[in-house]
Amino acid sequence: MRTIDQTTREVLDLASKHFQLPAGSLAPDDDFFKKLGIDSLQTLELLSRLENHFGIELPDYEVQGVSDFRTLASRIQSRL
Amino acid sequence: MLDLSKYQSIGTALKDALDQFAGETCLIEADRDREKERLTYRDFKERAHPLASALQEAGFRAGDRAAIIMTNQSKWLISAYAIFYCGGVLVPLDYKLTPDEQWQLLTHSGASVLITEYPIWRQLAASRSRSAATNLKTLLVTEAPPNVALDDARRWEEFRGSREPNFVPRTRKDPATIVYSSGTGGRPKGCVMTHENYLEQCVALTSLYPFAPGFRYLSILPTNHAIDFMVGFFGPFICGATVVHLRTLRPEYVREAFTKYKITYVSLVPLVLKNLQKGLQARFDALPPGKRKIFNALVSVNKALTKGQPRLGLSRRLLKQVHEAFGGELRAIIVGGAFTEPQTLQFFYDLGIPVANGYGLTEAGTAITVNDLHPFRSDTVGKPLPGMEVRIIDPSPDGIGEVSVRSKTVMSGYLNDPELTAETIVDGWLMTGDLGRFDSWGHLQLFGRKKNMIVTEEGKNIYPEDIETVFEGLPVKEFCVFAANYIWPQRSMVGEQLVLVLHPEPGQSFTDELRRDISFRNGRLLNYKRVHGIVLFDEDFPRTASLKIKRNVLAERLAQLDRATSVLFL
Repeated sequence: MRTIDQTTREVLDLASKHFQLPAGSLAPDDDFFKKLGIDSLQTLELLSRLENHFGIELPDYEVQGVSDFRTLASRIQSRL
Repeated sequence: MLDLSKYQSIGTALKDALDQFAGETCLIEADRDREKERLTYRDFKERAHPLASALQEAGFRAGDRAAIIMTNQSKWLISAYAIFYCGGVLVPLDYKLTPDEQWQLLTHSGASVLITEYPIWRQLAASRSRSAATNLKTLLVTEAPPNVALDDARRWEEFRGSREPNFVPRTRKDPATIVYSSGTGGRPKGCVMTHENYLEQCVALTSLYPFAPGFRYLSILPTNHAIDFMVGFFGPFICGATVVHLRTLRPEYVREAFTKYKITYVSLVPLVLKNLQKGLQARFDALPPGKRKIFNALVSVNKALTKGQPRLGLSRRLLKQVHEAFGGELRAIIVGGAFTEPQTLQFFYDLGIPVANGYGLTEAGTAITVNDLHPFRSDTVGKPLPGMEVRIIDPSPDGIGEVSVRSKTVMSGYLNDPELTAETIVDGWLMTGDLGRFDSWGHLQLFGRKKNMIVTEEGKNIYPEDIETVFEGLPVKEFCVFAANYIWPQRSMVGEQLVLVLHPEPGQSFTDELRRDISFRNGRLLNYKRVHGIVLFDEDFPRTASLKIKRNVLAERLAQLDRATSVLFL
């Protein structure tokens, strides 16, 4: 079982790869809309990648209103 | 299609539709690649009647208000029909609002019933604002896990009456819905829409974009939105068509739904349409040079042959692969909620996929103008729909003025706000606050706004007053949020942004700490509501005797500043 820190790290790594950013350039409290300059649709694409990586299904409502990686990781963690 | 001129209310029309099209497929609900549910109109009625009966047994009467806060799904429509069956007034609320905002609107609407989904309920129940909604008597929650306690809420699935419900008729002038066009955090704008508003709008829209049994509408825009309520519920139902709901709106499942369910119509906001364009363009660009040359030639042929009007059969043959990716039966993409760039509209039309772009607002009963595609024009928002009188008020020498509308589709007014209603509907004409002019072919063109607000590409109306609360307590003398284009008018409906105007205390400088404080507060707003820049203004804000900021006067003063150098981006 992953710890929340591991999950958060994996979320950050995957987001960096998905949006082609240097590793380590994202932090848990970053607002991904602002930091990555993405819109809600691009967020949905990232969620699909995260679901595949963690082998979970994350309903759309779970990420409603979430805009930072830390909260996103905690939502994932609760479904692992 | 039912002859709506014979009907007095949404409820009676839907009631007859359920009987007339009893054996037709009414709803399909899918979650990812799994089909969860497929209902005929008969099934729909069998689900709705016990709910209507239970509502009546719980004391829900004609004219009472019932709110729905749900994502797009079958239970949304079943609940709405049950409310209309009882003669109730539906209050459809945006599930994307925060719980505090939802409670605020629930309280304002005076709803005595709330129907919501478990994940939304969890957040609503935890919100402190709940205590204000004292009018609420019946709380129904769908899809709650079996072992959870819902306190005073009840399970939607178990809320079933024992008797056949009594159908309660309404007249055309009775309120059917209260739809909030904005107002969270500020002055709630609850548009009171009558049954006539919907009946007339439906006739007008279906005359251009008809539904029929076998047609399938993919419901992606939230159903609380006026467009989806009309073309994703009332319109298809009175024609016996099918509505397809997806519980997961990931791009891959949306793409799959087109081919799996052979979609006929879909409504999208400009942001999604533009994204779709980007995706398609990337695929076209990736074609090997030879294939790309052939493809471009076919697009040119299609363009030439559809100049006067769409020719769907021909376009589907010429550009088979493109149309097959959309299921092969798509008749049009309906786009609304915000302004769409002409280049995006043209892109799809050239592929033989007409985009029904138009212009409207909730207050006008959804659409005012729609492109009739005869011929297709990407540079306008089309001609007024049948039954719409549209005129331009106080036009400038180049013909541009405020767009105003008179029609049976215009709302009866704002709930509990006669003052705002009187400002908005003047001598029977709805003042839209948008600037436009008619060209010589009778097409409306839009040129920005007269009012202090923005509409995002996601179709969200944002009024500056609604987001100012988040900046309350900022350590400055005073502040105010504006739509940048209200201060510095631009003849454009795209790329609209909000700015925060700060008047620092005497001698106060704009420090990194203050910038961080603003960024932190801004981050608490939903992403589409955030301000994009800061304007420092070293003068006292003009105020009324009751100390309200005179926004128009302040905007005039701010307009003296140079936009390019005055806005500090966050």
